[in-house]
Amino acid sequence: MKKKIIKTSITLFFLFITLVFFIGLNKNSVYDTTNLVGEKLTHINLNHFSKNLKITEQDLKKNNFNLINFWSSWCGPCRDEHPFLLRLKDENNINLLGVNFKDKKNNALKFLREFGNPYDLIAEDKFGKNSVNLGIYGIPESILINKDLIIIKKFIGPITEEDFKYIVTAINK
Amino acid sequence: MKIIIIIFYFFLSFNNLNAESTVIDSGKIFKNLRCLICQGQSVADSNSDFAQTIKLVVRDQIKEGKTEKEIYRFLVEKYGEWIVYKPPLNKGNSILWLLPYLIFLIGGIMIFILLKKRPNG
Repeated sequence: MKKKIIKTSITLFFLFITLVFFIGLNKNSVYDTTNLVGEKLTHINLNHFSKNLKITEQDLKKNNFNLINFWSSWCGPCRDEHPFLLRLKDENNINLLGVNFKDKKNNALKFLREFGNPYDLIAEDKFGKNSVNLGIYGIPESILINKDLIIIKKFIGPITEEDFKYIVTAINK
Repeated sequence: MKIIIIIFYFFLSFNNLNAESTVIDSGKIFKNLRCLICQGQSVADSNSDFAQTIKLVVRDQIKEGKTEKEIYRFLVEKYGEWIVYKPPLNKGNSILWLLPYLIFLIGGIMIFILLKKRPNG
C-alpha cells in the first residue's frame, strides 16, 4: 500500500513536470502587447510637433479610424514602413497621427522632407513619456483605433504589405 | 527631566518611522518591473531606452502622489501582466498561486494516511 502510494505520486510528479515543460517550451516566449486589443485609450495628451497645441482624445474622436504611428528619424525600420504610410494617406476613412519619438526637431523635419509626410497630425514625445501611456515599448509601433478609441490592432515593428492590406480592409468594412 | 528627554526621543523616532512609511521607494518599484525588451532583467537593472522611459514615468507618478499599487495597475493596464514580476491572482494564473497550498495539503493527507496505517507500537 505504502509503496503503491509512493509510486503513484512519483509518476504523477513526473507527468506534471513533463506537462509543464511541454506547455512552457511550446509557448511563444517573445512577449508583445498585441493581446491588448479591445482596450480603450485614455488620457491622451500629446504636444503638437510645431504648434503650441495639445492633441487630445477629442482630436481623435473626429475620425472614424486613427492610426497612431510612433516614429523617429534615427529609427531604421521606420524608413521601411514609410511607403506604406504614404499609401495610407490616400485612404479617406483614416487619420494618421505620427508621434515623433525621442528625436531632434531638425532631424525629424529633414526625414519628412526626404521621404514625404504621410501624417495628418504630428505630435512630439521628446522624452518618451507619452509612449508609456499608449503602451509602446519600442519603435516603430502603430496602433489602429476606432472612433471610440478602442484598439483594433497593434503593429509591433514596421508596417508590412500584409499589415497595410489589413488596415485598408478594416477601415473600409 | 530625563523622562521628558526620553519622551521627546520616543516621539522623534515615531515620526521618523511615519516619514519612512509614507515615502515611496522608486528603486523597489523598478525592481518589481520587468524590462520588456531585455532578457531576464528588471527595469532597475537595465539601461535600455525602454527602462529609462519607465523610470521617468514612475518617478513622475510618485511626484503626482500615486501609490505603489496605482503605479503597478497603470503599467499593467498599458503593457499587460508581464511587466510585473508578481502577477495578481486571477483565473489564468490561479494554479500558480494555489498549487503550493494544494501540494502542502495533499502531503499532509498522505502523511496522515500513512501514519494511521502504521500499526501502533
